Amino acid sequence: MNLRKIFKNGFLIVLASLVLTACATQKKTGGQLQGDVYTGTDTVEYLASGVPDRVFFATNETVLTTAARETLRKQAAWLRKNSDITIVLEGHADERGTREYNLALGERRANSAKDYLMTYGISSNRISVLSYGKERPVDSGSNPLAWSKNRRSVSVKAN
Amino acid sequence: MLFRYLLILLILLPVKVFALIEVDITRGNLNPLPIAVSPLSIDENSKKNFKKILKKENLGVEISTIVENNLRQSGLFNPLNKNAFLQKPDIANLKPRFEDWNLIKAQALITGKVTFEDEKLRVEFRLWDVLAGKEMMALAFTTVPSNWRRVGHIITDKVYERLTGEDGYFDTRIIYVSEEGPKTNRIKKLAIMDQDGFNNKYLTLGNELVLTPRFSPTNQMVTYLSYFRNLPRVYLLDIETGLQEVVGDFPGMTFAPRFSPDGKKIIMSFAQDGNSDIYTMDLENRIVERISNHPSIDTSPSYSPDGKFITFNSDRSGYQQIYVMSSNGKNVKRISFGNGLYGTPVWSPRGDLIAFTKLHKGKFYIGVMRTDGTGERLLTENFYQEAPSWSPNGRVLIFYRETKTNSKGEGFSAKLWSIDLTGYNEKMVETETDASDPSWSSLLSE
Repeated sequence: MNLRKIFKNGFLIVLASLVLTACATQKKTGGQLQGDVYTGTDTVEYLASGVPDRVFFATNETVLTTAARETLRKQAAWLRKNSDITIVLEGHADERGTREYNLALGERRANSAKDYLMTYGISSNRISVLSYGKERPVDSGSNPLAWSKNRRSVSVKAN
Repeated sequence: MLFRYLLILLILLPVKVFALIEVDITRGNLNPLPIAVSPLSIDENSKKNFKKILKKENLGVEISTIVENNLRQSGLFNPLNKNAFLQKPDIANLKPRFEDWNLIKAQALITGKVTFEDEKLRVEFRLWDVLAGKEMMALAFTTVPSNWRRVGHIITDKVYERLTGEDGYFDTRIIYVSEEGPKTNRIKKLAIMDQDGFNNKYLTLGNELVLTPRFSPTNQMVTYLSYFRNLPRVYLLDIETGLQEVVGDFPGMTFAPRFSPDGKKIIMSFAQDGNSDIYTMDLENRIVERISNHPSIDTSPSYSPDGKFITFNSDRSGYQQIYVMSSNGKNVKRISFGNGLYGTPVWSPRGDLIAFTKLHKGKFYIGVMRTDGTGERLLTENFYQEAPSWSPNGRVLIFYRETKTNSKGEGFSAKLWSIDLTGYNEKMVETETDASDPSWSSLLSE
C-alpha cells in the first residue's frame, strides 16, 4: 500500500516535470504550440477571407482539436456558399513514423476532416481524400515545432 | 539419440572432409580470412578483343577486382594487396607455388583465366587452400561479354558458398528510390543497380512520386506505389519491357505492396474512410481478397517464405506493433512487446526471423526478432532510419538512413546502408543520388 503511494507521488513529480518541460518548449517556440498541436499561422493559407485551409493534429492522433473543428466549420460554411466548389483533403504526417504507416495515418487524418465537413452538410462527392504520409512536409526541420506544422490536413480547391 | 547423432554426422561430414578452410559467419567479422585474389590471366589476343568491345584495358584484372571488392565488403574476408603477389597470374592458375602465397599469409587463393572464344567471354577460375596445398574448386563458364560484371559476382558467390557453407548474395540487384531536391518537394524516381552499386539505371522519370518498390521472386517484375495523376495506387512494372499497370481497381489509396513467395499474388493495404486493411490480388485471375478486417491501421504486410503466414503492422493496441497471422487472416497474434513503436516487419528468406524498424525515445532502430517475438536484437541505432530488406541468403540487411548535413540540424541526406545480421559490418552503399526504400533481389543466376 505504502509502496503504491510512493509510486503515485513519484508519478506526480514526473508529470509535473513533464508539464514544466512542455512550458519551456512552448516558450522557445513562441507560443505556437498547445500541447504539441500547432496553433500558429506561419504556414496557413486561406481558401477565402477568414477561412483557413488547414487543421493540425497531435502526435500519432487523428482526433480533431477544438481549433480544428472551428476551422472546418468555417470551411463548411464557405463550401455551402460556393456549392460548385469541390475540394481535396490532403492528409499528412510528421517524419517520426515509418513510411507506410504514415500513409495510412495521413489518410485517416484527412478522413477525420472529411467526416466533420459532412456532418456540417457538405456532400461526400464534393470531397476527395489524398494522403501524402510524410512525403510532403511544409517544414523540413526536425524539431517539435516543425513536426507540429507537418501533422496536418489541408483543404485544397480542386476546381 | 543414436539416430540423431548419425544425422548430424551425415550433414557435417561432407563439409568437414572437403572444407579445410572454413569461415564462421555466425559471429562477428573479428578475424576476416586472408585471401589472395590473383588477377585472372588473359592472352594478348583476348585482351585486344575485349578492349574493343568493352573498352576495358585488361578484363582479367577488372573481373578479379569485382571479386576482391565483394569479398572485402562482406566483412568476412581480407583480400590481400596485389602488389605483394609473387607469382604471375597465368602460372598461378596452372599450379600455384603455395610457399609463395603462404609467405604473404594468404589462406585461400583465387586464380583464373579469361579468354575470348567465338565472340563469347569464357572464364575459368580455381579456389585453392593454401595451407593444405589443394584445389578446393574449379569452375568454368561462357557468356556474352557484356555480362562481365556478373561473372565477377558469380565467382564471388561460388567462393563464398564454398568457404562459408551458405548461399552467396553477390549476383543480385537492388531496386530503390532515387531522391533529389528539397525535403518539402522531393523528386523521386525508381532506380535499379547491381548489389555493388554499378550498372545504375532509372526506371521512372520523376514526374510523379514513387515509393516502396519490391521485386517479384523471379526479379522480372517490381511492385511499388505511384502517385500517377495524384491517385496513390499500387503498380506493377516489368523491368525489361518498361510496361506498367495499376494493380486492381480500388476506390481509394492502395499501398505497402509485396509479392507472395510464389509470385502469384500482390499483398498490400487498401485505405478507405480512414481505415487501412490488408488485401491480396491474384495476378492471374484478378480476384481480390480481404485478409484483415479491423478498424485499426493494418499495413506493411510480408509473407513467410512458405507462404503460410503474414507478418504485418497494426495499431490495434493503440500504437504501431508487429503481428503475425495465418495467410487467410485468421489466428492474429501480436509479437512485439518491447518499449516503443514497431513497424515495417519483413520475414527473412530463411523463415526464422522478422526484421523491423523500431522507434523509441526519438531514435530509430533496425532490429530482428524470432517469428514468435522472442529474442529481439537491435542491430543499429540512429536519428532516422527505416525499411530493412534481406539479402537472399538472410545474412545481410539493407535499409536507408537520413542524416542532417550540418550541425544546426538543417539540410538532410538519405543514403542506403547495409549491416550484417551479427550487427557488425555496417556500411554505406554508394548511390549516384540520395536513396531510400531499398529492396534486395534474389540470386539472379538461380
